[in-house]
Amino acid sequence: MMEKMVFGRYIPGDSFVHRLDPRSKLIFVFIFIAAVFLANSTLSYALLLAFTLLSILASKVRIGFLIGGLKPVMFLIAFTFLLHIFFTKEGDLLFELGFLKIYEEGLRQGIYISVRFLVLVLMTSLLTLTTSPISITDGLEVLLNPLKKVKFPVHELALMMSISLRFIPTLMDETDKILKAQLARGSDISSGTMKERVQAVVPLLVPLFVSAFKRAEDLAIAMEVRGYRGGEGRTRYRQLKWDWRDTTALLILLAVIIALWFLRG
Amino acid sequence: MERILSLQDIRFSYTPDDPDSRFAVDGVSFDMQAGEWIAVVGHNGSGKSTLARLIIGLLFPQEGTVGLFGDPLTEDNLWEKRSQMGMVFQNPDNQFVGATVQDDVAFALENNGIPFGEMTLRVQNALEQVKMDTFLDHEPHHLSGGQKQRVAIAGALALRPRLLILDEATSMLDPQGREEVIRVILELREKTGLSVISITHDLEEALLADRVVIMNGGRKFAEGTPQDVFLKGEALTALGLDLPFAMRLSALLKEQGIPTEPGTMTERKLVEQLWTLHSNR
Amino acid sequence: MDIALEQVGYTYAAGTPFQKRALHDVNVRIPSGSYTAIIGHTGSGKSTLLQHLNGLLKPTAGRVRIGDTEVTKETKGKQLKPVRRKVGIVFQFPEHQLFEETVLKDVMFGPLNFGVQEEEAKARALRWINRLGLPEGTAEKSPFDLSGGQMRRVAIAGVLAMEPDVLVLDEPTAGLDPAGRKEIMDLFYELHEQRDMTTILVTHSMEDAARYADHMIVMHDGTDVLQGPPGEVFGDAERLAGWRLGVPRTVSFQRLYEEGAGLPHGPAALTEEQLASYLAAHLGEGGSAS
Ligand SMILES: Nc1ncnc2c1ncn2[C@@H]1O[C@H](COP(=O)(O)OP(=O)(O)OP(=O)(O)O)[C@@H](O)[C@H]1O
Ligand SMILES: Nc1ncnc2c1ncn2[C@@H]1O[C@H](COP(=O)(O)OP(=O)(O)OP(=O)(O)O)[C@@H](O)[C@H]1O
Ligand SMILES: [Mg+2]
Ligand SMILES: [Mg+2]
Repeated sequence: MMEKMVFGRYIPGDSFVHRLDPRSKLIFVFIFIAAVFLANSTLSYALLLAFTLLSILASKVRIGFLIGGLKPVMFLIAFTFLLHIFFTKEGDLLFELGFLKIYEEGLRQGIYISVRFLVLVLMTSLLTLTTSPISITDGLEVLLNPLKKVKFPVHELALMMSISLRFIPTLMDETDKILKAQLARGSDISSGTMKERVQAVVPLLVPLFVSAFKRAEDLAIAMEVRGYRGGEGRTRYRQLKWDWRDTTALLILLAVIIALWFLRG
Repeated sequence: MERILSLQDIRFSYTPDDPDSRFAVDGVSFDMQAGEWIAVVGHNGSGKSTLARLIIGLLFPQEGTVGLFGDPLTEDNLWEKRSQMGMVFQNPDNQFVGATVQDDVAFALENNGIPFGEMTLRVQNALEQVKMDTFLDHEPHHLSGGQKQRVAIAGALALRPRLLILDEATSMLDPQGREEVIRVILELREKTGLSVISITHDLEEALLADRVVIMNGGRKFAEGTPQDVFLKGEALTALGLDLPFAMRLSALLKEQGIPTEPGTMTERKLVEQLWTLHSNR
Repeated sequence: MDIALEQVGYTYAAGTPFQKRALHDVNVRIPSGSYTAIIGHTGSGKSTLLQHLNGLLKPTAGRVRIGDTEVTKETKGKQLKPVRRKVGIVFQFPEHQLFEETVLKDVMFGPLNFGVQEEEAKARALRWINRLGLPEGTAEKSPFDLSGGQMRRVAIAGVLAMEPDVLVLDEPTAGLDPAGRKEIMDLFYELHEQRDMTTILVTHSMEDAARYADHMIVMHDGTDVLQGPPGEVFGDAERLAGWRLGVPRTVSFQRLYEEGAGLPHGPAALTEEQLASYLAAHLGEGGSAS
C-alpha cells in the first residue's frame, strides 16, 4: 500500500519543471497557494484548473500515476464535495429525491471547493515529485537565510532535515528486521486485548530507540572527524543556479494572478 | 624520514572519577613514520577503537601526550591537525552524512571551507581513487556495504590527509566487499604513499602491514614487523587472537612429522617449501 | 523435523512498481538432524529463504513444508506460531533485538511467549545464560551494560531458551574477534551433536561451511543451484567461481600444492587437520600417497 503513495515521493526526471531551481519552485508554490484564494468565479476556477494541468504537462509526470497515487486524497475531496452539496440550501432547487435535495448554490460551492482542494494538492505534489527532498532542503535553507540575522538556526535545521531524510529508509529496514526478530521469538502484535497489544510494542520500540541513538552517536562522531563544527566558515557543494527558466516560471505565474484578478466575480 | 605520530605513555579511562575503573588504554607508546602502514590487532574490548579516538582527538588522554606531525595535540590545534587526518569506521550506514555519494564526499571539504571550484575537482578525484566515480548521484540505500565503505574512504581522501585511520572498516562486509575495500587501500598505498593505521581482526590483512601493534586489555602487548610479532605463536592464541593460516598449517604439519622453516607466514612461502620437499622425496 | 521447499518463489512488494523478485523456483530439502550450510553471494536470496523456514515470510509461489505443517501464500498468521516455537532463528547482529531491563527477563521472553510456565522459563533462562559462558551475575544486569560480544551471547541464549528443534543461524559471528567466533561456532556444533538439533547456517565463510556442515545448499540469483555434501560442493572450484563463490582456504592451498607438484586433484580437504594429514601422506616417509 505504502508503495503506491505519491505524497512526498520524488521521481527523477529531466523536464522543464524538474530543472527549475528549488527556490523558484518553492516561491512559486507558496504564491500559488495564496493566489488560489483569489478565485471566486467559475471562470477563475477554470483558469486555476487549466493552469495546474498545464504545469503537470510541463513536468512530464504521468497524470494517471498522479491521480492513482492521490486516491486517499481524492476520497477526502469527494467527501467535502458531498458535504457541500447536501448542506447548502440556497439558490434554485435542481434535484429532489425523497430527503435528498440538491440546490444550485450547493453544487456550485461543492465544485469550487473541490477544485480549490484539488489544485492545491496537485501543485504541492508536483513540487515534491519533481524536486528531490535534498534540493527542497537546500532551497529552504537559502530562502530562509535572512532569518539567521535574528539567530534562527537555519543551517542546523536544514542539516537536520537532510539527515533525517537520509535515514528514513535505513530506519524502515531496521524496523522490519526487529519486528521479524521478535516475531520469531513468539511476540504477537496482531492479536490479544488492547493492553496486550500495547505491551507487544515495547519489544519493538526499545530496540528501535537504542539503535537510533547508536546511529546518531556514530554519525555525530563521523561528522566531527570530518571537521564539522557548525555552519560558520563552511562552503557549499550544492550550488543553486537561478536561470531564465526560473524567471519565466515566476512571470507566467504573475500573468495568471493578474488574469485571476480580472476574472473575479 | 618524518615522524608523523608519536604516542607517549598515554592512559585513558572512560570513567576517571570511579575509583575502581579500568583504563581502556593503559600506558601505550609507539611512533609512526610517514608512509608507514601499521595494523592494530587485539581481542574485543582491548582498546583499539579508544586508541584511534585518542589519535584523532575525539578523546584526550588523562596522562601522556599524542604527538601529531611534530607537535603535541591540544584543544587549540585540534581542528587543524584533524584536517590532516581521515578516519573510516566500522558501520557503513552510520557514517554516510550526505544525501548522495558526491554530497557525502564533499562534506569534509565544505566543513573546511574549500572553494566550490576546487571542491568539484577533489570530489571527482577522490571518487576515481576508490573507483566510485560513476556513482555520483546514487543514494546510500542503493549501495552495497563495500561501495558505501569505498565512498567513506573517498570522503576521507578528499581532504588529502597525511594519515588515514581505518577502524575495522571491513568487518561488517561480505568477502566480496572486503576484497574491494582492501584492493582500494593497497592501491592507494602504492600510488600515494599514504600513512595508514588499520585496526582489524583479519590477520591476513595484518600481514600486509609494515608493522603490527598487538593490544591486550588496554596495554600494548607487542609491536614489530608481522614476522617478529607472529613468531610469538602460542602467546597470541592465548590472548584470543588467531595466527595466519600458513602458521597454523605449519604447526599441524610439524605434528605429523613434516618440518617447515620456522616463521613461515605466507601461503606462498609455505607451498614453495612443500614443493621442494615433494621433489626431493 | 524435515523441512522442504517446493517450487518456492518470493517477490517483495509484489504488484507495485517497486516489486523485486528475490526467490524463484527454489526446491530444497533439509533433512532432520542435519547441519546444513547455505552459501551464496550477496543478494542471492539467502536471508529471504531463511525467513521462510519459520513462516516469517509466506511464499508468493509454491509451498514450504515444515515437519507436518504446510505453508503457502494462503496460510493464516495464527497457524504459524507453533512453527515458530519449533524453529528458532538467530538473526544477523541479534543483539539488536534486546529490550528488557535485565538479561534474565530478555532470555525468558521467548519461552513465555510460547506458553512455558514462569518457573520453568526462569530455570531455562538461567541454564542457557550459564551455558553460553556468561559470567556469574550477568542475569541480573541490564543487557545494555554488557560488551558487544556478551550482548550477542545473551541474544543467542534468548533463542536457545525456546529449545527449538531446528536452529537457524544467519551469519551469527559477524563482527566478533577470532576467539569469540570459534567459541560460538563450536557451541552450536556441540548442541547439534548432543541434542541432534537440526542446524541451518547461512554464512559467507567457506571455512565454517566446510568445517561444520554435512550438507550444503548453494544459492545463486534467487534460486538453488547445487545441493550436496561439502566435499562435493567444494570439489569443483571453477563451478563455484561461476556463482561468484570461492573455496575454503584449505582447498585453495591444497590445489595450489597439487598443481605445483604435478599431482592430480585429491578429495577436497575440508579442515586444516584434514589438509595436514593429506599433505603428510604425500610427503611422509616413503612418500606413498594414500
Ligand atoms: N563510550 C564508552 N563508555 C564507556 N566505556 C567504553 C566506551 N567505549 C568503550 N568502552 C570500554 O573501553 C574498553 C575498550 O573498548 P574499545 O571500544 O576501545 O575496544 P576495541 O578494541 O575497539 O573492541 P572491538 O574489537 O570490540 O571494537 C572496553 O572495556 C569498553 O567496554
Ligand atoms: N525488504 C525487502 N524489500 C525489497 N527487496 C528486498 C528486501 N529484502 C531483500 N530484498 C532483495 O531481495 C534480494 C535477496 O536478498 P537477501 O537479503 O535474501 O540476500 P542475501 O543472500 O541474504 O544477501 P546477503 O549475503 O547480502 O545477506 C536482493 O536483491 C535484495 O535487494
Ligand atoms: Mg572497536
Ligand atoms: Mg542476508
